[in-house]
Amino acid sequence: MNRWKIIEEWFFKIISFIAAYSVVLILLYLLIVVFNKGIGALSWEIVFSMPKGGYYFGGGGGILNAIVGSFYLSLGATVLAVIIGLPAALFINVQLIRLKRTQNTIRFFLDALWGIPSIVYGAFGFAVMLFLGLNASLLAGIITVALLITPILVRAFDEVLKTIPVELQEASYSLGSTRTETALKVLFKQGFAGFITALLLAFGRGIGDAASVLFTAGFTDNIPVTLDEPVATLPLSIFFQLSSPIEEVRQRAYAAAVILTVIILIISVSARLLSKRYSKNIIK
Amino acid sequence: MNRKRRLTDSLVNIWMRGGLYIILAIPVFIGIGLYWKAAPLLNEHSLTDLIFSSKWFPMKGEFGFLPFIFSSVYVTLLAFILSAPLCLFAAIYLTQFSKRRLLNFMLPVIDILAGIPSVVYGVWGILVIVPLVSGSIAPFFGATSSGYSLLAGGIVLAVMCIPYMLNMLIEVFHTIPVGMKEASLSLGATHWEMVKHVIIRKGFPGIISAFGLGIAKAFGETIAVLMVVGNTLNITLSPFKAGYPLPALIANNYGEMMSIPDYDSALMFAALLLFVVILIINLFFRYFIHKTEKI
Repeated sequence: MNRWKIIEEWFFKIISFIAAYSVVLILLYLLIVVFNKGIGALSWEIVFSMPKGGYYFGGGGGILNAIVGSFYLSLGATVLAVIIGLPAALFINVQLIRLKRTQNTIRFFLDALWGIPSIVYGAFGFAVMLFLGLNASLLAGIITVALLITPILVRAFDEVLKTIPVELQEASYSLGSTRTETALKVLFKQGFAGFITALLLAFGRGIGDAASVLFTAGFTDNIPVTLDEPVATLPLSIFFQLSSPIEEVRQRAYAAAVILTVIILIISVSARLLSKRYSKNIIK
Repeated sequence: MNRKRRLTDSLVNIWMRGGLYIILAIPVFIGIGLYWKAAPLLNEHSLTDLIFSSKWFPMKGEFGFLPFIFSSVYVTLLAFILSAPLCLFAAIYLTQFSKRRLLNFMLPVIDILAGIPSVVYGVWGILVIVPLVSGSIAPFFGATSSGYSLLAGGIVLAVMCIPYMLNMLIEVFHTIPVGMKEASLSLGATHWEMVKHVIIRKGFPGIISAFGLGIAKAFGETIAVLMVVGNTLNITLSPFKAGYPLPALIANNYGEMMSIPDYDSALMFAALLLFVVILIINLFFRYFIHKTEKI
């Protein structure tokens, strides 16, 4: 081996080593900064109380309205996404199982749909809202977020369903079950771990997304009781508080960012744990 | 088969089929809906006028999107230049040089980080990147900057794209058959030569696609960029000046869009523009991936 070869080898090995670890460090640094800045401002009052008078000028209170609002919104959207997305994912893997080309085309479109930015969904949700004559409300927000997360849910669930061997379906048919029974009792059960992961992935995405609800959900200091009331969301609450010139309000935005990050981390970690737990029941 | 079972079967079948059709119709409806709202503007101005004019005076009815498009492209390219090499080398290290254990540890971590909301990245940008740009980077180049700049937007976007692109690149490198790598090594190639001649060459379509999809994601990212980019109309090559990307324009002006005539159509046109550009990029590179996956 000549000398240049060795130098080149080491040079690129070191470069890629540095790249890999700097990626880890940057992302770690991000979490540390956000937590470090926010933990100091975090208090029980922020988590468990509603905004009081003059909250955005430094008055007392918390962001319970935004936390609960985000949960309402994302829960509603996830339910809607499951109603539309679950049968669609099963359809791709049961009825279309022999049509590989159609399957691939559908997956290809869903993947492309995944990449559309949430601000576009937000603008579209706004157009739908005007079309249906709705105001900025929980319902409009739920519809918009559901549009955003349905492709994610379908594709993530489908990714698991497609690994289930065809023989399992054939066995089910040979025992005389219908396609519906095969889909719901065999395929859904077998892919249940994947379904949980997909569900939580979509839910987390719904909680964290700000741009799609900017137009459609409105903002309020109250927790909505009915579907036609506006709703506050956590990301927007952070965004609004951060643009305040008052230091105290900005501090609370940092605290809210910690709350949001923790919620998202809990969701993604529990998605992993749950999917591991439910995959024990799978027939191999 | 009794009648009840048959009935359930056909009803559920309709439900499943309906669900799928609804989802596949979403992009069509988005296109139609946005076009419907943007139509008043498109009737009054020609498309080239809207895209290539830099006169932005909504009060006078002049809508030139060039400054916004320019800022969007600038920030996206900056993010791409910063993150692409980093991701490529990191993916090479994780899949080729490091121990399997590190990769197994990193994959879930990357996944989790990809799920962190963009507003958190924005908070980080304000806390770290903005002071960094105004305090160190701009003075180093002899410029003054408030920190809220195209560069800050680019850096935050780059960091946001890292988990996304890295994930795809790792997947691409995993699809390359081990036999090919072994053949190369057995002929006396060093590890790097193997990477250079086999991994990069064989994975080239995948790498390009991952980069392309990363660009598409950066192009449409809203909140995080909006928080650090300054939001001032500017066509400038200096990265230390503020910019105003398209998504930020939409997000910033939703409050006043009903009070100025045609302003709402202008914002919907911006959304339509984003939608079309990103859908085309996505379809193109996804097609690329689907083609290569089959081979």
